[in-house]
Amino acid sequence: MGSVYRARDLHFTNVTKLVAVKEMLNLSPDASIRKTAINNFEREANILATLAHSGIPRIYDYFTKEDRSYLVLEFISGEDLESIITGTEGFISESQVISWGIELCSVLKYLHDHKPEPIIFRDMKPSNVMITKENHVVLVDFGIAKHFQAGEKGTMIGTEGYSPPEQYRGETSHSADIYSLGATLHHLLTKRDPRMEPPFSFGDRPIESINPTVSPELVEVINISLQYNPSDRFESIDSMQEALIAAARKTGTLGNYEKGPTVVKKGGIKPLWTFQCEDEIRGAPTYYEGNIYVGACDNNLYSLNSADGSFVWKYATDGKIVTKPEAFDGNIFVSSEDERLHSINTRSGKVNWIYYANGRFRSSPRIAEGHVFVGSDDRHLHAINILTGRASWDFEASAPIRSTPYIYMETVLFGAENGEFFSIDFGGNLKWKFKTKQAITSSPTVNEGMVFFGSHDSSFYALDAKGGWVIWRFRMGKGSVVSPCTAENIIFTGSADGVIYAIDTKTSKEVWNFKANHQVSGSPTIHRDSLYCGTANGVLYCIEYRTGRLRWKFETNGAITSAPTVFDDILYFGSTNHILYAIGV
Amino acid sequence: MKKFFGSLWRKNKDQPAPSNLKEISTAPLLELPNPYFEGKSSKIEPKQFLIGTCQSVGIKRDHNEDSLFTLSVTIGNSTWNSPMGIFIIADGMGGHHHGEIASDIAVRTVAGSIIKKLHPVIANTAKTLDEPLQEIMQESVVEAQNAINKISPGSGTTLTALLCLDQQMTVAHIGDSRAYTLQPGGRITAITRDHSVARRLEELGQISGDDAINHPQRNVLYRSLGISESLEVDIFTESIPNPGYLLICSDGLWGVITDKEIYKIVNAAKSLQTACQELVKAANDAGGPDNISVILVQLTQ
Repeated sequence: MGSVYRARDLHFTNVTKLVAVKEMLNLSPDASIRKTAINNFEREANILATLAHSGIPRIYDYFTKEDRSYLVLEFISGEDLESIITGTEGFISESQVISWGIELCSVLKYLHDHKPEPIIFRDMKPSNVMITKENHVVLVDFGIAKHFQAGEKGTMIGTEGYSPPEQYRGETSHSADIYSLGATLHHLLTKRDPRMEPPFSFGDRPIESINPTVSPELVEVINISLQYNPSDRFESIDSMQEALIAAARKTGTLGNYEKGPTVVKKGGIKPLWTFQCEDEIRGAPTYYEGNIYVGACDNNLYSLNSADGSFVWKYATDGKIVTKPEAFDGNIFVSSEDERLHSINTRSGKVNWIYYANGRFRSSPRIAEGHVFVGSDDRHLHAINILTGRASWDFEASAPIRSTPYIYMETVLFGAENGEFFSIDFGGNLKWKFKTKQAITSSPTVNEGMVFFGSHDSSFYALDAKGGWVIWRFRMGKGSVVSPCTAENIIFTGSADGVIYAIDTKTSKEVWNFKANHQVSGSPTIHRDSLYCGTANGVLYCIEYRTGRLRWKFETNGAITSAPTVFDDILYFGSTNHILYAIGV
Repeated sequence: MKKFFGSLWRKNKDQPAPSNLKEISTAPLLELPNPYFEGKSSKIEPKQFLIGTCQSVGIKRDHNEDSLFTLSVTIGNSTWNSPMGIFIIADGMGGHHHGEIASDIAVRTVAGSIIKKLHPVIANTAKTLDEPLQEIMQESVVEAQNAINKISPGSGTTLTALLCLDQQMTVAHIGDSRAYTLQPGGRITAITRDHSVARRLEELGQISGDDAINHPQRNVLYRSLGISESLEVDIFTESIPNPGYLLICSDGLWGVITDKEIYKIVNAAKSLQTACQELVKAANDAGGPDNISVILVQLTQ
């Protein structure tokens, strides 16, 4: 049938960009059937290429060479559910299964809602679900390969055991995906592989008799989805998701899972303009003298007119730009994964100087006292003369520095990937350091003599910015890469646990929390009385920062991984769907 | 001396400089040549917290139920140093229920618990703390609560404890003793919140600030250390006023003289010690209805 290869995209010579290449053999002896198969494959590849959802791998390219067709798609690193089932001792927890189930419903809903034609996945089973390192689901192996199986005797689309009865009769509808999802959840909870059992025999293996810890509420949801007759199942994937959430709420399995009230429906907020880059936007934009500067994973730094988003110039580096550019005195400074820091004239878009490091830059530059301070994957914090582009000094940490430094009273504050946090004086000498248990990717901020940052170790820290004494720590549900911001002695941050937190800087008490239900990957920005923050599933939230009340949300179909920039009541932010948005607030 | 202590605020135009200022012939303390390092270019001036304290039984009471504790050290080594201080006042309650025992247990236990945890830093065997300062304070108060309930059940006390390190102070507070910051320009601010019924009524807008001072339930606390099993303590961290002073006192002081008077006395005093003595005297002159305890702290420039 075919193989999947892990491959490197050689368009990016300086960085390692991994992709997955799926190879399909076209073995039909008949030339016209082969031709039809290729046409079908290409048509479907085109449909898949338009999909943009964090739970679906992105399609980069497709091509056919002789009797083989290839699909180039996003490389997902993680583990598939089938190997998770076999690799887990005992049963997988109910709350874990529910949260995966809810996410799978979201992906299927996205497909079923596809216009003009709904997309039926047809092949929901544990081995087609990847769980990423961040514990999110990605549906892999779309049924695209089916075109090349035509002609095989007794064609069976879908996998025996997970497929509903009607699929064996050649009928497919959204209800088939509901059944297969139910079968997948049944397998996850009972660890009984349906392929080893007679077809449609789930009723003979009641979940509660195999795994008595599962709540009757969840059992009920799965039983409905596994009904023999499609009309007895949930009428849509939406109602199945709601039933899963309701079961989770009833049993308290997911205490935190709540569907936030949508104040403004999708489409209620219209961007003033958008600008499409050629690849993901992961870094924050910067406003400077009428223009917006933003770096993208297509290696370019863009200069755009802030009023209408019209293109002014772009400057190509040799690596992805995942950082926020910094402007100073008519020049813009940007750090790139090409291991260089570029100083560019804002008017001409021409380079002034280039500084070479020995590792990729994921830390954004910070300017103070005639110097650019920036951390690099080469484990050094570089202090670069802003005029000459030459190093004044560098400071060696023992791990990559991806956090953006903060300048406080002639000291440079930043974290490193081994969990250390440093205070360096302007001569490049260590003043103090502090260690957390895991990486500090979050960029620190200072308020009233205290420095704040999050860590992958699930804690948020407040330190005396001068002496480095830890004053308090706040425990979150999961680790954080979010760079905090403050207003009125409240510090705002978010975490991979899907919660945006507001914490009193003095008492370390939680002022409010907002459950975004999805990893908070973007950093918050305060403007007037609102907080703006994006999540990994592409939603930008506008929250009243004193109360934590949702004002509106805006959905992009990518992940938001940086902080929005505000100037003149316009909010600018990028998404991994390649688009930069300008929204009036 | 006088110029040194007063130099911070004398610049302020609201506070006229004393006329005899030019007659002072001594140099300011910090500008004196250091005999140990004379002739060397490097001068070492470790920062530290200077302290004044004073206590009085008052006029109307026959025994003292207040306790206080102070400690000031400079930690560090040849390459760095930081000022550190612990300042605690506890006001025991309950007259015949041995209020003085409760307040004494409270200050000793809290101070002991903090010092135990900070010992590696003070002895310079560690440069960082593993436990956040707020958690150190919280645990010290829990220890004190347990000690009071064990040794002197039924008695209670207020507690206002400050752990000052570098430029931040972490406060543990319960009851109606107070911590104030005094800053140039006549600014005096209570940074603690009284856990008294009158103050609660004031916070809820039921009575005015003036009514609160004279309210019959002024001395009735809804939170204290000891007496009950439950414990709810305010813990927070703020910047140390610099330039400025920290003042910690029992209600024998703040309940008798106004904030404005307190500021005036501190600002006019020749030293931290005389300031404390004059504050106590002023409270006794105004009737001295209760025990009085005062700690005044200043960070060297």
